[in-house]
Amino acid sequence: MKKIVLALSAVLCLLFSSCGDDRPVVKVYNWGDYIAPGVIDQFEEESGMRVIYEMFETNEDMYTKIKNSNNSYDVIIPSDYMIERMIAENLLSEIDMSKITNYNNIDAEYKNLSFDKDNKFSVPYTWGTVGILYNKTMVDEAPTSWGALWDEKYKDNIIMMNSQRDAIGITLKYLGHSLNTTDAAALQAAKQKLIDQSPLVLTWVVDEVKDKMIGGEAALALVYAGDAVYCKGENPDLEYVIPSEGSNIFFDSMCIPSSCENKDGAEQFINFMCRADIAAKNAEYIGYSSPSTPARELMGEAGKDPTAYPDITKYDLEIFSSLGDKTKIYDELWTEIKTSIGV
Amino acid sequence: MKKNACLIPLYVWTAVFVLFPLAIVIYFAFTRAGGTGFEFSLEGFSRLADPMYLGVVLKSFKIAIISTLVCILCGYPAAYILARSRSRAKFIIVILMLLPMWMNFLLRTYSWLSILENTGIINTVLASLGLPKVRFLYNEGAVILGTVYNYLPFMIMPIYITLLKLDESHLEAAADLGANPFQAFLRVTLPFSVPGILSGVSMVFVPSVTTFVISQLMGGGKVPLIGDVIEQQFRVVNDWHFGSALSVVIMVIVLIFMHFINRGDVESGTGNGGRILR
Repeated sequence: MKKIVLALSAVLCLLFSSCGDDRPVVKVYNWGDYIAPGVIDQFEEESGMRVIYEMFETNEDMYTKIKNSNNSYDVIIPSDYMIERMIAENLLSEIDMSKITNYNNIDAEYKNLSFDKDNKFSVPYTWGTVGILYNKTMVDEAPTSWGALWDEKYKDNIIMMNSQRDAIGITLKYLGHSLNTTDAAALQAAKQKLIDQSPLVLTWVVDEVKDKMIGGEAALALVYAGDAVYCKGENPDLEYVIPSEGSNIFFDSMCIPSSCENKDGAEQFINFMCRADIAAKNAEYIGYSSPSTPARELMGEAGKDPTAYPDITKYDLEIFSSLGDKTKIYDELWTEIKTSIGV
Repeated sequence: MKKNACLIPLYVWTAVFVLFPLAIVIYFAFTRAGGTGFEFSLEGFSRLADPMYLGVVLKSFKIAIISTLVCILCGYPAAYILARSRSRAKFIIVILMLLPMWMNFLLRTYSWLSILENTGIINTVLASLGLPKVRFLYNEGAVILGTVYNYLPFMIMPIYITLLKLDESHLEAAADLGANPFQAFLRVTLPFSVPGILSGVSMVFVPSVTTFVISQLMGGGKVPLIGDVIEQQFRVVNDWHFGSALSVVIMVIVLIFMHFINRGDVESGTGNGGRILR
């Protein structure tokens, strides 16, 4: 009997490998496939800390978990509008910037942005634009307007992004509104526009868009610039454009939730991620744009790719802002759009 | 007394894993987020009056009914042949039929995508033969195919098991009384296997009417079913009240549907095989 107990506890010990590991723990909660392989190992080696790494799929998933579960995280990487919302709801803790010694690696233009004006709560990790990825061999002329996504001749050749704010946002832009509008008439018009578009759309996806565009399944797709960089690397027929009506520019920044348990470790991790060599490694792997010039210099050609690093002054690019209690309007609109398609 | 004590685990199980979750769904369905907390409301149900949702509900039932019928048409002959077969390979065939079920559901459905997509296996073959490509995916037909493929074994198995129990002597008796094999099938085998068919229908119809994975993958978001709308309420737009109201309505419709099916089972007179609900 004793032997069995011993054997069982040995097995349990193996299962919960934290047994006997008294390194301090940093819990990181990031987007899926959003860090270069090896970076976490390197951090563990250099800091003597242990990283528990978990992933989420959308800002909303992450938000629900932070808000409703007892699980605490030390570092999270939400996007702009979600950071704004979480600051307003006191879910984030101020970062001691004096401990982020690599903070000067971040370019000034990516600091003090609308969602965190005094730069107290967030350190930029990546940024990017939203645009059209198209297959040069499948279009007559290079698209320059969102109108291409409503062009009858591309019927069954358009892939839309199954993401509420992005899909509605670019439609609002196309119709000449701000992508943060809560004006009822503008939103109804955008809804109708998306319903009108549905017969032309091949499919609504998020991550699968990469494989489909690389494989030549469709001529045009609504994508994030970072995914466009990846796809272009796999299929040279693909090209990316930010339409002339303007688009969304987004920022994914590192934050510390107010429920964190290892703030010092969290700040060390954020500081590590801002180090030029690490930031370069991450940006190179995930394809999203780095806010750090020293990192871009280390990346060579990839650091100059116009898909990832367009001249942002040339376009009308807006940051999503938190909708506050107007979120519900968008939610209902989105349900109506997704329900009306194909009915 | 002792017998009742044995049933306690069953009661506890039912309470914790069936009644309690059901109570939560019903609670959410009849409330909404008010100023201070949840308040009683029928808002979730009144939103359903929009013809848009009725359209989705009808389409979900249409697709589920078609899928179930196709499952019967394909599954019955398969089960029949298997049950009548004297081949030694019978066991292996049954295993082969069940084998795909041991693979992940998502993986099985994804593999259909690479077979059917525009640059998939079939279209590549068509193109190399100089034939025009066909758009297989992202329409109702694709959703039906995905549903039939995933749930067909649930139709074959109960029919197969019922048919195994059919005593050969019944058929011999039918032949002795002058029935040709076709008449014997219609008058003996088919009625005998009704419980199996009904059991299969419940096992195929209920999951197909509420599926959202298949319609998302095979339908590409272009064939929204009621399961998609419900999933969206919980995962994307965070409106658990409306999502619960939708779920309750679907549950009631399915319950009514199953009630009629089970009545058919009882009326067929042999109903001891495949009842899900009593």
